[in-house]
Amino acid sequence: MRQIDECYQVLADPYGYAERLKKESRRKIVGTFCSYAPEEFIIAAGAHPFRIFGTGEKARLAESHLQSYCCSLVRGALEDALAGRLAFLDGVVFPHTCDTIQRLSDIWRLNVGGCFHLDVVLPVRLDTDNARQYLTDVLKRFRRELEAKLGAVIGDDDLRRAIGLTNRIRGALTRIAALAGDRPGILKGADLSALARSAMIMERSRAAMLLEEVLAQLEAQPGAQPGPARKRVILAGGVCNQPEVYALIEEGGGAVAADDLCTGSRSYEGLIDETGDPLAAIGRRYAERVVCPAKHRGLAERAENLVRMARAKQAQGVIFLLLKFCDPHAFDYPHLREALEKAGIPSMVVEVEDRLPADGQLRTRFEAFIEMI
Amino acid sequence: MAEKDEAKEKRKIKAVARMKEIMTAYYIEAKTAEQTGKKVAWITSGGPVEPLIAMDVIPVYPENHGAMVGASKMGVDLCQKAEAMGYSSDLCSYARADIACAPISGGPIGGLPRPDMLVCCNNICGTVLKWYEVQARFFNVPLFILDTPFCHTEFTPESRRYVQEQVNEYIAFLEKVCGKKFDYDRIKEVGRLSAEGQRLWQAVLDTAMNRPAPLSAFDAFFHLALIVTLRGTQQTVDYYKMLLAEMQERVAQGIGAVADEKYRLLWDNLPVWYRTKWLSEKFASQGACLVADTYTSAWCGALRYVDVNDFLGTMAECHTRIYLNIGVDEMARQVIEMAKKYDVDGIVMHSNRSCKPYSFGQYDIQRIVREKLGIPTLMIEADMVDERSFSESQIETRIDAFIEVLKGRQGSSA
Ligand code: SF4
Ligand code: SF4
Ligand code: SF4
Repeated sequence: MRQIDECYQVLADPYGYAERLKKESRRKIVGTFCSYAPEEFIIAAGAHPFRIFGTGEKARLAESHLQSYCCSLVRGALEDALAGRLAFLDGVVFPHTCDTIQRLSDIWRLNVGGCFHLDVVLPVRLDTDNARQYLTDVLKRFRRELEAKLGAVIGDDDLRRAIGLTNRIRGALTRIAALAGDRPGILKGADLSALARSAMIMERSRAAMLLEEVLAQLEAQPGAQPGPARKRVILAGGVCNQPEVYALIEEGGGAVAADDLCTGSRSYEGLIDETGDPLAAIGRRYAERVVCPAKHRGLAERAENLVRMARAKQAQGVIFLLLKFCDPHAFDYPHLREALEKAGIPSMVVEVEDRLPADGQLRTRFEAFIEMI
Repeated sequence: MAEKDEAKEKRKIKAVARMKEIMTAYYIEAKTAEQTGKKVAWITSGGPVEPLIAMDVIPVYPENHGAMVGASKMGVDLCQKAEAMGYSSDLCSYARADIACAPISGGPIGGLPRPDMLVCCNNICGTVLKWYEVQARFFNVPLFILDTPFCHTEFTPESRRYVQEQVNEYIAFLEKVCGKKFDYDRIKEVGRLSAEGQRLWQAVLDTAMNRPAPLSAFDAFFHLALIVTLRGTQQTVDYYKMLLAEMQERVAQGIGAVADEKYRLLWDNLPVWYRTKWLSEKFASQGACLVADTYTSAWCGALRYVDVNDFLGTMAECHTRIYLNIGVDEMARQVIEMAKKYDVDGIVMHSNRSCKPYSFGQYDIQRIVREKLGIPTLMIEADMVDERSFSESQIETRIDAFIEVLKGRQGSSA
């Protein structure tokens, strides 16, 4: 599909894309980390939110700031910044999530020049009125600070338009993901992942349009195509920037029926209410969306969510994809595995760094798991 | 020979015995709480313990327990047990050890007493949140989270309001779990004792400004236990008064922690619990005394925000602005302040695999210290509890090389 090719092009060189966009649109580019960055404000201010993933170049410069036990996501982003590969950024926004991002923000502020720096110190717990009030307060502060940094005014109407746009993206991705899960064979797992990730990088109205076109085409496609029945699995974890994983699962006879990833469903599930006060509505969405392990909303929610997802999607197993040195996910894993076991759903775990191991080990493990379930 | 032993004997801190007594009695009380009907709360080291004391709840510190696990060299075994349960070996070893202890009542004291509630304050890290979630599920007891937003560059008014309101929620939580009203008079007294305890602890640490320093960071690691666990009690105040008197006496007599103090050093990060003796002797043998550290002083750093006449009202600020909950540049500023205060010749930094919030940023602090003070720093790669991350020969070589640098500098400035 032409639209999907365009996404792959963007992902092949996200920094080049951002540089061109900046030049052509004269818009400011604001880098973000993590799916908790409230990008609606950046869009409303007329700037372009750009999710930083890091290109996976060997970390040399970052080594004088971060020890070896830091996750590759943070290390890679810092490396790119120090090497000047992110010089196109006008600013960068750090939502508070894990201990590592928290320190990355400090290190970045002290060592990377040339762009403004904003911390959005979100609450860690999301389960009380007080915390939600604080979340709203933080968003108000962010709005003020962003206005000052960008020299723009963020009006309620601007925010509503931005919400409308991100909702279109989220809505389209949610429906595409549902279709891909329900009608195996119509969309490769890697393609869905590419759509979701490129929507964090691409000019957002372009992304919305492409996604809606993709959706329309998929909706017109008939159901399951003939072929061997595939085993359905859920992919769960943090950031997945390794599209090869999908191909390996598919080649092993599986299909990703749904995901619980922050580069996947956690980033797009849950629309923002388009009526009423827009800022409050944004706060509600971030408080109520599927929770990430760096945030607290009860003791059982993530496990219940995963089990529910696996059942609803009739998945036969769950594959955990964990990034090495990522504490929040590593802490939740044993509990999630246990909850799945109790529900009779088998799971396996792979720990990856920014690149997958080159040998065929992962392929063999996937094959064995998929055969077993 | 006999003389040498005598000098060594003289250098031993007498209060150690009393401390052991108090801690033993404390753990016996905690472990027999079921019989006495007292409630037990597990609480993080940076958490507000005073309301628990005011409610007659016994506070228990899994982190202190983690230190005991490390010191008794049971860390590797317990960490491996946690790994067998599915916890990654890259997670904090306090958390791993504690999580592995719970189901088997393992560790040096046969496990911690079962909690009636958990109190988690995330002002030290995000790890404690995940760790306490695990334990709240395991023990099936209520969990209170005091969420203290990180202060990268400031303590915002929004954060102040949020945390202050949580202090009220904390009290409501305690009233519910304990089934009795909170005693607002009692907390005043507890708050006063807490502030006094912190002041005394700071005074104890301050005696190390003297040459020779009467106590080292290795001593401080040991004597710290009370200000963490029993802050807000008369017993703690009495103990630190006694310890302070002993330190003052040592200063008067010129008794140093290290036989012949030549170099004064500052320690950064948690202790390496299973090797405190080895490290302490290693440094002492070269006349190097670790006169201060960023770790034990964290339990009196909040003093500047405390108002004893409005203890609950200043609790939010005291807990949000602690050493680990601030930006790397502010940490560097405080390190420099301490380096000057204790007049140190160098800094030893423990790059601690377990503790990401304490360790990430150390390289920058190292650079800032070098630029601003021009003193050498040594980075030791280790872990506080998991001995598998400790390479003795490598660390020994690095310490020796570092001492050579210090020697060279002293030689050239003399
Ligand atoms: S796992 Fe959570 S904190 Fe980490 S990037 Fe994803 S959403 Fe953000
Ligand atoms: S949540 Fe995990 S992957 Fe994301 S920045 Fe933190 S440690 Fe790295
Ligand atoms: S050692 Fe560090 S990560 Fe572990 S509990 Fe303490 S502050 Fe948290």
